Amino acid sequence: MKARVTVYPRREILDPQGKAIRDALSRVGFAGVEDVRAGKSFEISLGTDDPEQAERELRRMCEKLLANTVVEDYSVELLGGAGAHP
Amino acid sequence: MRCGVVVFPGSNCDHDAYHVLKHVLEQDVTFLWHQDDSVKGCDLVVLPGGFSYGDYLRAGAMAALSPVMAAVKRHAEAGGLVLGICNGFQVLLEAGLLPGAMRRNASLRFRCQDVWLKAERTDLPFTRRLRAGQVLRMPIAHAEGNYEDAPEKLDALEAAGQVVFRYSTPDGAVTPESNPNGAARNIAGICNARGNVLGLMPHPERCSEPVLGNTDGLALFASAVEVGGRVLGAVR
Repeated sequence: MKARVTVYPRREILDPQGKAIRDALSRVGFAGVEDVRAGKSFEISLGTDDPEQAERELRRMCEKLLANTVVEDYSVELLGGAGAHP
Repeated sequence: MRCGVVVFPGSNCDHDAYHVLKHVLEQDVTFLWHQDDSVKGCDLVVLPGGFSYGDYLRAGAMAALSPVMAAVKRHAEAGGLVLGICNGFQVLLEAGLLPGAMRRNASLRFRCQDVWLKAERTDLPFTRRLRAGQVLRMPIAHAEGNYEDAPEKLDALEAAGQVVFRYSTPDGAVTPESNPNGAARNIAGICNARGNVLGLMPHPERCSEPVLGNTDGLALFASAVEVGGRVLGAVR
């Protein structure tokens, strides 16, 4: 089973990178961009086909290592079988 | 006093910390490897600056899960002294030995400059040689020193007296202009509730000898050595 984990700075926390990217986008003509949050994405292959077990494991990975929950939020998305990987 | 300096892959201030403890303060010092599963009887453990594990994922995140950190946690829980400098501070945060987290500097720039620090605690094992309100000059060199936590957590930290150093002007005024990285409430260094674990972004090991033009950092190491020699020695 493949999964995608995304980690973003928490909403209430100023994201200096996202702000710099937003400013750069408006400098190159994308004036309509109101906000950018810069995060990370992880594509993870798991040995299990059990979606519940996979999600549980992925959430534990986020709590333990992939996200720092003091300043970051995470989300977990199951992508299905081996063929789903890009 | 027996001192240990942890070496992670990517540590680059380990020899500086070793040098201050060994040659300036003439202590018994050993390096501790990140794969070690004990602190080898050390009274003081220093987590040095650098880029442990290349800052992969987040600064300090991988190092926090290395075998030696389990031993450092046991050492801290037993009341042993732990000093985390720069990347070492980031490791202490990621390991949960100190509260809060670091983010990229608000300027998004790596800051390498001298800063001034106002000492708010002078009763700790690391600060007892300082005078109340003393202002120290120390170098910083980091891209992720923007200390952050939830407002109520910051309030609790302050109420418990765990803010040890704040960025200030040379005369000790805590101002937005004297904050080099955007850290919440100008926080440059904090300790745990018990006071035996200290983390700070500035580099005391880079200003502990007259030949370097600045000895303001030496008081931290000298305080720890003084305490370690007496209090910890008496415990044994």
